[in-house]
Amino acid sequence: MYKILEKQVLSDVTKLMVVEAPHVARKARAGQFVIVIADEQGERIPLTIADHDRAAGTITLIFQEVGKSTQQMGELDVGDGFYSVAGPLGHPTEVELYGTVICVAGGVGIAPMYPITRELKAAGNHVITIMGARNKSLLFWEEKMRAVSDELIVCTDDGSYGRKALVTEPLKEILAARAAGGDEVKKVWAIGPTIMMKFVSAATAPFETPTVVSLNTIMVDGTGMCGGCRVAMTDGAKFVCVDGPEFDGHKVDWDNLLSRIQFYKAEEQQAIEHWQHAEDHECNLDVAARELAASGES
Amino acid sequence: MAELTNRERMQIQRQEMPTQEPEARVGNFDEVALGLTWELARLEAERCLQCAKPHCVDGCPVGVTIPQFIKALREGDFEGAVRAMQQKNNLPAICGRVCPQESQCEAYCILAKRGQSVAIGRLERFVGDYSIRENSNPPVPAPPTGRKVAVVGSGPAGLTCGMDLAKLGHKVTIFESLHLPGGVLIYGIPEFRLPKSIIQAELKKAVDYLGIELRTDHVIGNTYTLDELLEEYDAVFMGTGAGLPSFMRIPGINLNGVMSANEFLTRVNLMKGYRFPEYDTPVKVGRAVAVIGAGNVAMDAARSALRLQTLHAERQRLTAADEPIAAGEVHVVYRRSRAEVPAREEEFHHAEEEGVIFDFLTNPIAILGDERGNVRAMRCIRMELGEPDASGRRSPMPIEGSEFDMPVDTVIFALGTSPNPIVFTGAQGLERTKHGTVVADHETGRTNKPGVWAGGDVVTGAATVISAMGAGKRAAADIHRFLSDPASEEGRSKKED
Ligand SMILES: Cc1cc2nc3c(=O)[nH]c(=O)nc-3n(C[C@H](O)[C@H](O)[C@H](O)COP(=O)(O)OP(=O)(O)OC[C@H]3O[C@@H](n4cnc5c(N)ncnc54)[C@H](O)[C@@H]3O)c2cc1C
Ligand SMILES: Cc1cc2nc3c(=O)[nH]c(=O)nc-3n(C[C@H](O)[C@H](O)[C@H](O)COP(=O)(O)OP(=O)(O)OC[C@H]3O[C@@H](n4cnc5c(N)ncnc54)[C@H](O)[C@@H]3O)c2cc1C
Ligand code: SF4
Ligand code: SF4
Ligand code: FES
Repeated sequence: MYKILEKQVLSDVTKLMVVEAPHVARKARAGQFVIVIADEQGERIPLTIADHDRAAGTITLIFQEVGKSTQQMGELDVGDGFYSVAGPLGHPTEVELYGTVICVAGGVGIAPMYPITRELKAAGNHVITIMGARNKSLLFWEEKMRAVSDELIVCTDDGSYGRKALVTEPLKEILAARAAGGDEVKKVWAIGPTIMMKFVSAATAPFETPTVVSLNTIMVDGTGMCGGCRVAMTDGAKFVCVDGPEFDGHKVDWDNLLSRIQFYKAEEQQAIEHWQHAEDHECNLDVAARELAASGES
Repeated sequence: MAELTNRERMQIQRQEMPTQEPEARVGNFDEVALGLTWELARLEAERCLQCAKPHCVDGCPVGVTIPQFIKALREGDFEGAVRAMQQKNNLPAICGRVCPQESQCEAYCILAKRGQSVAIGRLERFVGDYSIRENSNPPVPAPPTGRKVAVVGSGPAGLTCGMDLAKLGHKVTIFESLHLPGGVLIYGIPEFRLPKSIIQAELKKAVDYLGIELRTDHVIGNTYTLDELLEEYDAVFMGTGAGLPSFMRIPGINLNGVMSANEFLTRVNLMKGYRFPEYDTPVKVGRAVAVIGAGNVAMDAARSALRLQTLHAERQRLTAADEPIAAGEVHVVYRRSRAEVPAREEEFHHAEEEGVIFDFLTNPIAILGDERGNVRAMRCIRMELGEPDASGRRSPMPIEGSEFDMPVDTVIFALGTSPNPIVFTGAQGLERTKHGTVVADHETGRTNKPGVWAGGDVVTGAATVISAMGAGKRAAADIHRFLSDPASEEGRSKKED
């Protein structure tokens, strides 16, 4: 069991947990992730290592409750624990001195973007951060981000906070203004929903600005064994868990990726229904399962 | 039973394994082969002629003392049978179930010439099951030697190596990247062929009696590197298997519904996807499944798919108001012919009985998708076997103009696998072949890197459980020799706790 030592509620659906996992903490670096299983019946889900403390042997995970597993994890408290935490997995982020860079973070992507932004700033870059979410209640860490950015722009889709815009709007403006002024943006990082990363890559393409995205595919083992995380790239299929999770956004076949992450949609829905129903009444599936078992015995 | 003459022995028929009926078993994941009763086992054991020069033993990669264990068994001396077995094989309940006996021990049995070899595997399973049930002859470790060995990977190679070393008194730590130990036995081979409870029983012995420390969730290469382990341990054994899947280089492999057998079987077995939604990991099979390849992996994938289809149809029948659906169909698509099928005979036979459709001399050339990116068909071409090449194998050649589309919604690749390279990060100077396998001495398991041994699939590429166990055993013997050699004491103090 990997104990939860601290829990914070960052927004209604975003939870932060500090977890005891010394084997991961000793090696973890920005950009890497772990595979977490909540309990013995749980599935293996990938989560970015948002922060780590080698001396304390802990890692920080921040997750958005989007389905059964993340909602169930969100209900855990200090003193509870996870059944399995494996890692660190994937390649760490490469950070150098580039000049002016832009970090685009959407929704829960703010969490994994934070340590990257911090390192970019520490390496001497001029860091412009654009953070956005669907609405105000999904935003968190504005002040933390401000502290590690030279410029910070906050937007929401619905205008409930900051500028009413998609993150790609300020991005395009800055890219254009800087290109016109002869002070080009050297590199862009984007972490957030797949659709956001797709449009960020599309926005930077005309400027040929190198763009790093962190892909969220469906995963099982996270170690290169299943191929479930593979994504089509212009230079062939890649396994996100071992070749990534960061890739050149201009090489990703976004439509293939968007379609692949939907593959288990019906089952995800079924999982959440099964779980919610299990709490108050017996659902049809349980009845079916029992009848099946009984018919098998006879 | 009174002592029989050889003539009488040869008149006894080979005893059939009781199995679940095909119609029933496609609707569950319970074990298919139910095991011989004592009655049947004794009759079968009586068939052995106790050859003075037992050829059967030559066919076993670890040299199980077959006539000895069979003799003890038929005399009712179960404990004696277990002891005879354990001289060479720590995991008889597993090998008895999964060894390709028809090409190993049983192929060499003197009675095979008459087409009815002694059912050595079934008897071995009987002895193994007895030893688990009665917890007979539990291993006793020798007094601690103070030496420490790290084993990477908890498949049959790593487990065997670790258990042998722990018996000799060395302190063994096994590192495993998944959350459960067992390697392919736990994530690949399905419950209906090898129940998980058997692996758990064997693992419990390793932990309870031998004091082996098991560290799951440790991905060596990331969590620790091999070089880091060498700083802490006196020797390291690599048994990381060949877990990397391969896909064919044909158009359409990224469509939804195309997956590796590794992914499919991991979801089904390791994650218990067949019990979704009680377990969280979903696994999806469509109504028309094509499995590419015809090895054990392909049989396991095809038979699991068949079961999932049946369970799904049953569930539909019980819960949905609409018309009951037909279960669906599962094809095994193989470019060679029946004669070349590499799977165990029994698995092929069971698959056939259960209704898997075999498309021999057929090769996929493209996977076709619909407008939503889901698989809708597989374009195939018919093959014929050409003249034998230099190696004597008849290679399949496409028949021009024979292309056709097979309507399927799921494609599972069960082609060969190769070693997962993660473990080689931070393993300075370790020699490998161009196929990515580790170069290690066959007899000792020694690699070119001092202090590092390797064995099992990581050295041979995908092979068998028993060959992996054999490699683990030979390496354990050599590691023990190394640790007992005073010269290896050198540099030991830095590794003291
Ligand atoms: C390398 C990597 C790092 C990640 N880091 C984080 C993180 O730090 N914080 C965080 O909140 N999430 C992260 N994710 C996404 C996270 O793994 C998924 O949100 C989680 O698996 C969903 O599980 P669930 O059962 O709660 O939801 P499900 O029921 O499985 O899914 C609900 C919804 O989420 C979508 N979804 C499913 N799996 C994923 C996925 N892997 N990525 C994106 N969307 C998905 C589905 O399409 C569906 O709409 C990461 C994913 C990867 C691959
Ligand atoms: C579906 C399937 C069916 C099969 N059926 C049969 C059969 O019927 N009969 C038969 O004889 N053989 C069969 N085989 C082959 C047989 O299972 C293998 O040859 C055998 O398991 C190899 O043993 P191993 O110990 O070398 O490796 P594995 O069993 O592969 O074990 C390797 C272990 O190492 C772990 N590992 C890998 N990398 C790392 C790392 N970096 N750090 C930590 N741990 C790591 C893996 O997670 C795994 O647990 C089958 C194989 C498959 C896939
Ligand atoms: S270990 Fe396998 S090959 Fe050897 S005797 Fe037993 S079943 Fe036969
Ligand atoms: S070769 Fe056959 S008959 Fe002879 S000892 Fe072996 S199993 Fe018995
Ligand atoms: S998650 Fe299995 S290969 Fe990447």
